[in-house]
Amino acid sequence: MNVSKEEVIHMANLASLNLTENEIEKYTKDMEEIIAFANTIKNVNTENINESIIANETYNVFRKDEVKEFEDKEALLKNASKNENGMFHIPKVI
Amino acid sequence: MSNGDYETIVGLEIHAELSTKTKIFCSCPTEFGGEPNSHCCPVCMAMPGALPVLNEKVIEYAVKAGIAMNCEIAEISKNDRKNYFYPDLPKSYQISQYDMPLCKNGYVEIDTKEGKKKIGITRIHIEEDAGKLNHDEFGKKSFVDLNRAGVPLIEIVSEPDIRGAEEAEAYLKKVKAILEYIEVSDCKMQEGSFRADVNVSVRKKEDNKYGTRTEIKNMNSFRAIVNTISYEAQRQINVIENGGKIEQETLRWDELQGQTISMRDKEDAQDYRYFPEPDLGLIKITKEYVEKIKENLPELPESRKKRYISEYNLPEYDANIITSSKYLSNLFEGALAICKNPKSVSNWIMSDIIGALNEREIEPDKIPFSAKDLGDLIVLIDKGTISTSIAKKVLQKMFETSEKPDEIIKKYGLVQISDEDTIRKLAHKILEANPKSIIDYKSGKDHALGFLIGQAMKETKGKANPRLLDQIFKEELNK
Repeated sequence: MNVSKEEVIHMANLASLNLTENEIEKYTKDMEEIIAFANTIKNVNTENINESIIANETYNVFRKDEVKEFEDKEALLKNASKNENGMFHIPKVI
Repeated sequence: MSNGDYETIVGLEIHAELSTKTKIFCSCPTEFGGEPNSHCCPVCMAMPGALPVLNEKVIEYAVKAGIAMNCEIAEISKNDRKNYFYPDLPKSYQISQYDMPLCKNGYVEIDTKEGKKKIGITRIHIEEDAGKLNHDEFGKKSFVDLNRAGVPLIEIVSEPDIRGAEEAEAYLKKVKAILEYIEVSDCKMQEGSFRADVNVSVRKKEDNKYGTRTEIKNMNSFRAIVNTISYEAQRQINVIENGGKIEQETLRWDELQGQTISMRDKEDAQDYRYFPEPDLGLIKITKEYVEKIKENLPELPESRKKRYISEYNLPEYDANIITSSKYLSNLFEGALAICKNPKSVSNWIMSDIIGALNEREIEPDKIPFSAKDLGDLIVLIDKGTISTSIAKKVLQKMFETSEKPDEIIKKYGLVQISDEDTIRKLAHKILEANPKSIIDYKSGKDHALGFLIGQAMKETKGKANPRLLDQIFKEELNK
């Protein structure tokens, strides 16, 4: 399975990664290998086996619509590198 | 070619926040507002290791919406991750639904000039809302408030069946009314709990292929949506007429300039890399569950409208407007139960109440008095306690102070003067003061009578019984 350099750059962009020329080359090769490895699964005979939708096939694990406030509000912002007025402070996005 | 040779094709993706008590994947409250980050927990803030658990009410409300919009309800449905980076999205993915939505293949019926029309609903799926960004206008800061992150939404995707701005508005209003009636969303547009992404394209009428579409995201007023569609369609026609090509792009509506503007940082080709959400199981909906919801579905606007026309003889136009809002419709029914005068209730809603809402720029859910108050007011008119013109003043007071109509009448001494002697004395007084009007009347100038009645009304601050005034003035003048 061929992976193009452009595909790797595109995927890196989607993941917000800046790759060096060397890294692009390395990951292009890595990805080809990963896909080849994943492709081995195609060799399994799946005749007469029902298609699965999800790995964790449980159904209707729900909770009731009842408010339960989280107590330790301060802890929520504790790891923020900066916060102001109870809000996460980030570089301006507009 | 002229504009008339083109048609405007619109598709809408409506986002409506569900009015559950708690968020979709955690037990935090969904209340609007509150101190920043006060309705949050490790799940909706995306702390490592926190796991989502689906709120059962979200499924119930979404299925309800699906049934009300004539959808098929999926037997098995699943959640998926939609991956993208934005500071209001703490997990860097949104839990949504991709290829197995809860509801699909429905429709909503709207009224057009050419009659009834079905607008197809491609799908309705459940997902979580994002947080809110606040910007420091002058500085270099933005602030993240995650109170809204994780509030449940349904996304209602229409087929490209809508033609032009007018149909788009009718469709939006119908969907909003349905959601309000079935009480799954409060649809407060100002608070962003009902908003839409608008897809617009144009094509020449003889073409059967759609043109390239543009998308305008996150619109939350009917007026802006209508203006955007009209503007954007015209822009596209101009581009095509001048030999240009429409670019598929995301635009934003600039309210001040009244035009659509290309988003500066054009989003990458939408590459969300959806995959099944591994932290959640599947959703299985039984036929019994669907049947039970169907049985308990309240009466929908279309059915109420038909009833108002057939049972109460309301004009279709009036029935349409009253049923377009659950609040107006409930006001109508509540007042009717008390005064038994459908024509009068309808007239009050259509003229004075809607007028007052427009004047005050408020929505029908903010009407500060009850249906009973309106019913009582109409009873007071029907009994002759107050005149219609006084009642109009009482209604204005009801809007201002929420006082009961009989309290207002007592407080301001507004009871109608229907005592014959008093009215006759008043008539004498007015006639004495206006001898010229008597001559005018006798020489056949009918407006003289109107003038005299007007004077009497002025004298009594509108409290004189107009029917009696008319009768007594005529008697006196014809003596």
